[in-house]
Parts: sequence; C-alpha cells; structure tokens
Amino acid sequence: MTDFARRHPVWAAVIAILTAILIWMIFALWPAWLVDLIGKKKVFLNALFNGITLGGLYFLVASGFTLIFGLMRNVNLAHGSLYLLGGYVGYEFAELTGYWLLAFPAAFLVVAVFGILLQLVVFRRMEGQDLRQTLVTIGISIIMADLMLWGWGGDFYNISAPSWLSGPLETILVTAQKRSGDLVYLKYPLVRVVIFLAAVTIGIAMWLLLNRTKIGMLIRAGVDDRDMLSATGARIQLVFLGVFAFGAGLAGIAGVVGGTFQSVAPGEDIRFLLASLVVVIVGGMGSIPGAALGALLIGLAEQFGSVYMPTYAVVLTFLIMVGVLAFRPQGLMGRS
Amino acid sequence: MSVFDSTETSLVAPSEGQSWLERIPIAYWVVGLILLIMPAIAGDFMLFQIFGWTFILGLIALGLMFLGGYGGMVSLAQMSIAGVGGYMVAIFGVSAIDTISLGWPWYVAIPIALIIAMLFGTLTGWLAVRTEGIYTIMITLAIAAAFFYFARQNYVMFNGFSGFNGVLPPMLFGVDWRGPAAFYYLTLFWAALGYLVVLYISRAPFGLALQGVRDNPRRMSALGYNVTAHRVAAYTFAALLAAIGGILLTWQSAQISPGTAGIGPAIDILVIAVIGGMRHPVGPFIGAFIYVILKTYAIDALVTLGLAGERFQLLIGIAFLVIVFWSPDGIIGLWDRLREDRKRDPLTGRGGEGP
Repeated sequence: MTDFARRHPVWAAVIAILTAILIWMIFALWPAWLVDLIGKKKVFLNALFNGITLGGLYFLVASGFTLIFGLMRNVNLAHGSLYLLGGYVGYEFAELTGYWLLAFPAAFLVVAVFGILLQLVVFRRMEGQDLRQTLVTIGISIIMADLMLWGWGGDFYNISAPSWLSGPLETILVTAQKRSGDLVYLKYPLVRVVIFLAAVTIGIAMWLLLNRTKIGMLIRAGVDDRDMLSATGARIQLVFLGVFAFGAGLAGIAGVVGGTFQSVAPGEDIRFLLASLVVVIVGGMGSIPGAALGALLIGLAEQFGSVYMPTYAVVLTFLIMVGVLAFRPQGLMGRS
Repeated sequence: MSVFDSTETSLVAPSEGQSWLERIPIAYWVVGLILLIMPAIAGDFMLFQIFGWTFILGLIALGLMFLGGYGGMVSLAQMSIAGVGGYMVAIFGVSAIDTISLGWPWYVAIPIALIIAMLFGTLTGWLAVRTEGIYTIMITLAIAAAFFYFARQNYVMFNGFSGFNGVLPPMLFGVDWRGPAAFYYLTLFWAALGYLVVLYISRAPFGLALQGVRDNPRRMSALGYNVTAHRVAAYTFAALLAAIGGILLTWQSAQISPGTAGIGPAIDILVIAVIGGMRHPVGPFIGAFIYVILKTYAIDALVTLGLAGERFQLLIGIAFLVIVFWSPDGIIGLWDRLREDRKRDPLTGRGGEGP
C-alpha cells in the first residue's frame, strides 16, 4: 500500500479522494441536490450492494478459471459449462434432500470429479499445446451445453434458500429521512450478504493456502516455472490434478450460488464464461487478488450500468475491458 | 482434394519454358470445371442453400485461416466483422426498415460498408495483437460478445433485436442476383477470388514476412520488420474477406440481425476453419462444406436413426472434438498423413521422396 503510494502519488491521491467520496455517499444523508442529480439514495445503495455481491459470485467463478490458467496455461473455455453443471447438480441435490447447505459439497464434489476426469483423459494428453487444449475445451463446452439441454430442458430452475436465510437484513445505513424526522434504514436480503461473506472467506482461505502452506508453495512455484519445479522432483501431475479439481469445484459451488441468486438455465454457461474471461483479463491472468479486484469492478459496473444507463449496461463491462487492454495489457494486477 | 499438393510443387519449382496457363495443375482445371457447370447438375436448393452458404462461410473462415495459419493468431471476431459489413450495407443501402436505412446506391453503400468493416477489423486487431496466443482467443471472443450485445441493445443505428430485413443485392445488368444460379456464380466468384488472393499473398513478400513473424517474431523484428504492423495488416486483410462474406450472407438471407453475429456463429467459424484445416486456403471451404451438409441434413439423419433432431449441436461438437483430438491440422492434416503413409516403403518403413 505505502509502496504503491510512493510510486504513484497522483493515482494514490485520486483513489483516496474517490474512496472518501464513496464513504460519504454511503453514510451521509443525501442533500436534495444530489437526489435531484442521480436519484434516490436507496437505489444507489442497492446498486452498490448488488454490485458487490455479484462481484463475489464472479470471483468464485473467475478464481478457479484464473488458478487453472496460471498453473497450466490452459484456457478452459468449458469453465462456464462446469458452472452450469454445478448449478443443476446443486438444484437436484437440494430438491432431493431438502437441505440447501448440502447442495454446496455435492456440487463441489461432482464437478471436481468431472474436472479430474477432464484433466486425466483430455488435457494430460496434449500438455504444452495451448491452442489445441483451448480448441478441445470449446468442443467440450458445445457437447456439454447440448447434453445439459437434453437432460434438464430449457426451463429456468431456481434453488430456493432455506427459511432462516430468506428474510431481509436491517442495516444501520440511512437511506432517507421522513417528514416526521424518523430515519429510514436500508433493508437488504440476508442470503446475499451471507453468500458474499462466504465468497470473501473462500477468497481469504485461498490466499492463505497459496501463501502460507507447502502446497501453496508448490503451486506458486509451478506458476513461475513449471519445468524447473518438475525437475526438482515435485510430483507436478498431482499438483495439476488437485488444482484442476479445486478450480472446477469452485465453479460448481458458484453454480449453486448463481442458482440461488438468479436462476439456472441454458445460456448461463456462456454468460458466466464471458464474465470470468472479462474478469481475469481486467484483473490480470493467473492472479487471485486480480480476480477479486476484477470481479468487484465488473460486478459494480454491471449493476450501476443497469441502474443508471440500462440500455448499454452489458457493453459497459466490455468497455472497461478494452480500456484496460489498451493501457495495461497484462491486467490491473498482472505481471508484465 | 489433391488441389493444393500439386500447386505447392509447381509453384515452388516452376519449370522453364511453360506459359502460366500450362503451369496450372490439372486438379484446378477439374475442380474449376465441375464448379462452373454445377448449375447444370444441381438443383436450386443445392445451388443457393448448400453451395452458396458454403462459399460464404468458407470466405469468412478463410480470413480466420489466413490469420491463424499464416499469422499464428486465432481470432473469434471474424463473424462480428462480417456482421458489421452486413449491417453497414443495410444501414447505408436499401432495406425494409426505411426509417434507418439511408437508401444510398450500391456503388456507394458497399465500399463504405467494406471500409467500415475493415476499420473495425483493424481496431480489433490493434487491440488483439497487444496479447499473444491463447489470450488473443479470449480477447476476440469478448469483442465478439460485446458487438453482439451492442447490436442487440442499440435501436438507433442497429435496430436492436430484430435487425434489418429486405436487404437485397442490386439488380445489376438486369440480373436478379438472388436467383439460384446467379447467386451461385456470385458467391463462387468471390470465394474463388478470395482463395486465389490468399494463395498469392502467402507467397508474396507480405505473406512470407507474416509467416516469419508467426515463427519467430523476435528474429523478424531484429531483421528490421515491424512485427505489430504486419500483424495488424493481417487483421485488416482478414476483415476485408469477412466483410465480403458478411455482405453476401446478408443478401442470401435478405436480413441481418444480432443473432447472425452472435457468440454461437463466431465459434462456428472457428469450428469450420479447424475442421477443414488451417494450413492451406482450401481448408476453410472443405470445413464449410462439411458444416453446411451437417447443418442441413443432420436433423433428417438423426430423425431417421430414431434420435431427436435437436441433437444437431451434439453431432457438430463431437465431430469437432474428434478432429481436434486426432488431427490438429483438420481434414487437410488427415489427407497429408494418408499420403505419407502411402509413400512409405513397406520394407524399410522409411518415408521416401522418390527412389
């Protein structure tokens, strides 16, 4: 942090000022001119929180993608299909057992096993041939999309959260003041908050695993120099297998989360594949903090876009991507 | 199929004392003749739907083959560039949506459409060449998606979800160019021209430099070549091919909508180029032919076999996977391997060039 401020004093000042404005906008009671300018504070706060929680979901999908890419140089364009598979499996499991929480380990396990199969049967055979691997994943995603359409049809499925999570959460944030002088507080769906906190926990756990454990050391060494690592005697194929399973499993969990937030339906696979592509391009390939930053940016851009410029909300995210590519091709957190 | 085999030998080592007419290999004469007399053999549906569509998709995929095969850059934005070409013809030319279409004559509208599509392709290329290899696929995929969503949301210029209909080719020389035979010759002309130009460029200084850039960019830049400029120029040329294909595609279905340039079609173009093979310009046309045949007849075949007709995507996906898995160079690669096997001496097991 201080290092960044020392190297880029102007940018640090800009970021500090923007943060201060944001904090003021969140906590202060908005004056009338601001309401006239950009509308009610409630709308703004909802967009902000929806953006942050959507960012959490994007982070879950994109972190697996970026982890797999960073270690194996494999652009897994079937990642969206893994997400969708996780959503369907989670839905079936939640319906079958009646426990929402059980859907998560089930989706994680099923999709992770599927990922292990992919790595063993497909990717190990064409190691080092980036382009061919990418093409194969395109083929797999076409086949999986059609198989899932076959199995589950074109309907929308919604994984319903349990009753203890369904109510709204009273927050301490003031949105407006009534004539009588009473303060109106913001209410926000509890389930989104819980899921966001879970995403943050997973993110921190991943960071700790990567930076504080022996396995993490192996993975980081593999990201830096795969050949050297295998030359030192590390069983790199096992590491590959584990990382692929973990990344795929995360996509499966994200599928359950997405099914609870929104819905599971054909076409969501492409949507989330594109989202994770944009997130990792913006954040920087192979970087977990980059994925977090990118996911937050893209989630916020999507939600604020849909509130304040509804027609071009989708295009806005791509504009951010183009801007990042034009000025910082390696991504915000990527190493050049 | 031996079209390209013979060209390579004859173009690399042209025998002295022959006119250029005599140097054209026999396979070209045969294929050319068959294609020229096709309207006498095939029915209207074959001409318009099967061959017309094959040539158009082949032309768009030819741009991708040029980029991928000679430049080493796989772009998924080809279909979006084709879409831009089609949209611009509809916007500047004549269509049924006369509130947006400017109704300019074709000799103004078509050049403008080509130029805008090429500008779009150049811009895409300029962004894409900042990255390498697999990154290029991701970035061009994202650009393709952005174009799709933009065209779907924009009602002022792109007329949103429904797009434009009634986009017809001009009645030049009193011929209805959407008639089966006329459209067949129109698409054949552009496909053949594109094929020959790509073949020519691959041997011209620009094409050779591009292949050098593909193989070793650092050495080429040490030799004084501007690597970025060569790559961006390759994108521009590929955009020209895609734009011509896009305009023809718009004329064929008489309409253009965001779905024409969606993410599915963008990936289909890659599928076509990979199935056919990215090493020679004939590949995209072979791939397009297989794709069109599958897309047209697979549903009937699946129904006959007792399977649901909607499983067409599954068939395409499996075909694509099988090709990528066993022959990275597509059908052309398979053919080459077969030929080498045949040449191999059965006793020594060595592949032989001559005795």
